[in-house]
Amino acid sequence: MTHNETPAAGPATRPDPVFTADAVFFWEGIARGELLGQRCADCKKITHPPRPMCPACHSVKRETVKLSGRGKVASWVIPRHPAPVGFAEAPIVALIELEEGIRLVSNVIDVGALDVRGGMAVEVRFAPTRGGKAVPVFAPAAGTARG
Amino acid sequence: MAKVAAIAGIGQTEFSKNSGRSELQLAAEASKAALDDAGIDPADVDGMITFTIDGNDEIGLSRCLGVRDLAYTTRIPGGGAASVATIHQAAAAVTSGACEVVVVWRAMNERSQYRFGQPIVPPSGGVVNVAGNGTGSLLWCMPFGAQTPASWEALATQHYMETYGVTNRDLGYVSVAQRKHAATNPLAWFFGKPITLEDHQQSKWIVEPVLRLLDCCQESDGGVAIVITSLERARDSKSRPVRIVASAQSIPCEVEVISNYYHADLNLMPEARGVAKRLYERSGLTPKDMQLAMIYDAFTPQVLKQLEAFGFCGKGEAKDFVKGGNIEVGGALPVNTNGGLIGEAYIHGMNNITEAVRQLRGTATNQVKNLTNALVSCGMAGAILSNG
Repeated sequence: MTHNETPAAGPATRPDPVFTADAVFFWEGIARGELLGQRCADCKKITHPPRPMCPACHSVKRETVKLSGRGKVASWVIPRHPAPVGFAEAPIVALIELEEGIRLVSNVIDVGALDVRGGMAVEVRFAPTRGGKAVPVFAPAAGTARG
Repeated sequence: MAKVAAIAGIGQTEFSKNSGRSELQLAAEASKAALDDAGIDPADVDGMITFTIDGNDEIGLSRCLGVRDLAYTTRIPGGGAASVATIHQAAAAVTSGACEVVVVWRAMNERSQYRFGQPIVPPSGGVVNVAGNGTGSLLWCMPFGAQTPASWEALATQHYMETYGVTNRDLGYVSVAQRKHAATNPLAWFFGKPITLEDHQQSKWIVEPVLRLLDCCQESDGGVAIVITSLERARDSKSRPVRIVASAQSIPCEVEVISNYYHADLNLMPEARGVAKRLYERSGLTPKDMQLAMIYDAFTPQVLKQLEAFGFCGKGEAKDFVKGGNIEVGGALPVNTNGGLIGEAYIHGMNNITEAVRQLRGTATNQVKNLTNALVSCGMAGAILSNG
């Protein structure tokens, strides 16, 4: 697998994301290769999952902010049975805690099942989906030992 | 004196993998059985409560039962998180005077007609409506290969297991204890089929390194119903009433159902801690006053996390608490004495409530001795039930 997790041959089979109207910005950003967070334009609190109102100051002025794409693995699992739909091999599903203090569910790529660890430093990559969209995935951060 | 609510009747169908009849028929049969158990005329029902995701309609069920005039209906979101919340809301409806006799039901062909354990992948991407499910799992997990409840639960649990050194083998003790209870419960799907810890360890991985097959609840067909009314009326009913001493819900900010990844401390279950605080405050009771705990056990780690949240042991101590027969009948705190959702059947948590009622009446198959108070919990809701 490459950093972009492009299969050696054939089209991507990963399911496309589904979303609510309030998360359109996130997936549009991913399609452009940008990991965007949602930030309150007034008090600057960053929130995930996205929402139309800030829970701290109740402003409805929302803005997007480019996230660092760096974080660490907070929790990880490998779904074995039933086999996940759209994956040739069982993926490592992980909860990633980003530097900005929010958590995202994603995949850890470029690391073996025996080598994934809680606290592992990771950075964002992008993987294609079957309908020509993309999702953010995470690889061991540069300078980190590979599995 | 304030009105007190009680459980006056319980009813159910058989638990199977293929009921051979409609979900509405299961709901009607279970409801009629519960009303017969209470000795209440179905025409007198004036309240109905179920889950948002139950496949049956209130009007359809009232047409079956011949309900004269419904005064109150509501549905509760969040999948199995609705189970004990039905008792809480029925009690609130009865004590407020909104209605007098509530039938709570959950009926499903969750094996023969559809299966919660299979991957959920919408046919095409785009904007979807997920209202009433209480979970962002479809939105934020599905395209990463986390497409089943087991995968969502496991991801919410691995961090906790790593923090406290909990192994999958530790989880096995829960499954072994509950299958022991199911083995002597003729109503249980796994009647006569106990397992050993080695059976658990040899069962296949569902989600590595957290859940094996024998850590997961069943997929079941069946219906369960419960009749709630005032304690005063329940005393005139046919069966021994079970008092709802306290009931509560708790949904702290950033908590969600099963894909519970966004609250501050992943080692805790804030919703169950919130329920515990409210139940103990409202009842004046403590964990030491409970002689039975019926805990929503969709997956074994749920039992560990709730034992800690309800104060039966400290943080990270549940892996030891569940060993040595402690959670079996005869142990310090019997848990899920019907076999639970793992051993008896998966009727979305409702069959764990009816077991608490049988225990408090003294009519359970695996009867706990000297029982006064039972905790029933589904994480986001709970109740303390009593025969005292």
